[in-house]
Amino acid sequence: MFDLDLRDYSKENEEEYFMLSIKDEKNGGDLIIELEGRLDTTTANQLEERVNAVIDGVTNLTFNLKNLEYISSAGLRVLLSAQKIMNKQGEMVVSHPTEEVQEIFEVTGFSDIFTIQ
Amino acid sequence: MKKTFECEAKLENLEKIMGFVESNLEAINCNMACSMQISLAVEEVFVNIAHYAYGKLDEDGVPIPDTGSGPMSLGLEAEEGSVTLTFTDEGTPYNPLEREDPDITLSAEERQIGGLGIFMVKKSMDNVIYEYKNGKNVLTLIKQV
Repeated sequence: MFDLDLRDYSKENEEEYFMLSIKDEKNGGDLIIELEGRLDTTTANQLEERVNAVIDGVTNLTFNLKNLEYISSAGLRVLLSAQKIMNKQGEMVVSHPTEEVQEIFEVTGFSDIFTIQ
Repeated sequence: MKKTFECEAKLENLEKIMGFVESNLEAINCNMACSMQISLAVEEVFVNIAHYAYGKLDEDGVPIPDTGSGPMSLGLEAEEGSVTLTFTDEGTPYNPLEREDPDITLSAEERQIGGLGIFMVKKSMDNVIYEYKNGKNVLTLIKQV
């Protein structure tokens, strides 16, 4: 039979590992949002709130994903909703995804929806 | 290596289950791409169980998300060349493999997010098997590493 694993995986030092850090820089109609960490079910809402708070009047939105290690369907949902907003008011670019994140975009067909640089 | 993780099927336990999986994958030298694909599959399946397995049923017998919870377990077995993940819950019988794949050629405006999670699971794993036995949903994911 299986050994039951009773370690506490929520311990403090692992908390940071599961975080998302969001940096945004707005300059007139240009907005750059830099993501670092994990865009998953837990963190997707943080990004959605942040995007909704700053997206008014933006004509050029860039998501810099250079330091994004992980994305799940919850994260794709937020990027898709940003893309839909930007289709109405300007352009959106997804820049420097890692190889692993790029593969997720390809498998899910999002590589055809996003402008990836 | 064989390990089992048990918890209540609630979203707040997502970090714990991910921690369990990822720390055990480190121990078997899974590379980054492979580890991300396994993590992704675990998140998508766990989130589905947490939302729907124990949800109260509406008049059409469809679970209403986040209206109940109950036990779930994840078995992780690593052998040379493969990792097997076995999710078990005692909720409403549900075979996620019957769900139709999303049309991934649609434009941003037409794209639906529903069904994307399980589609990503199928794409990132080598084999996904669903069984309903002894009153339990058992979903087995196999990944060659």
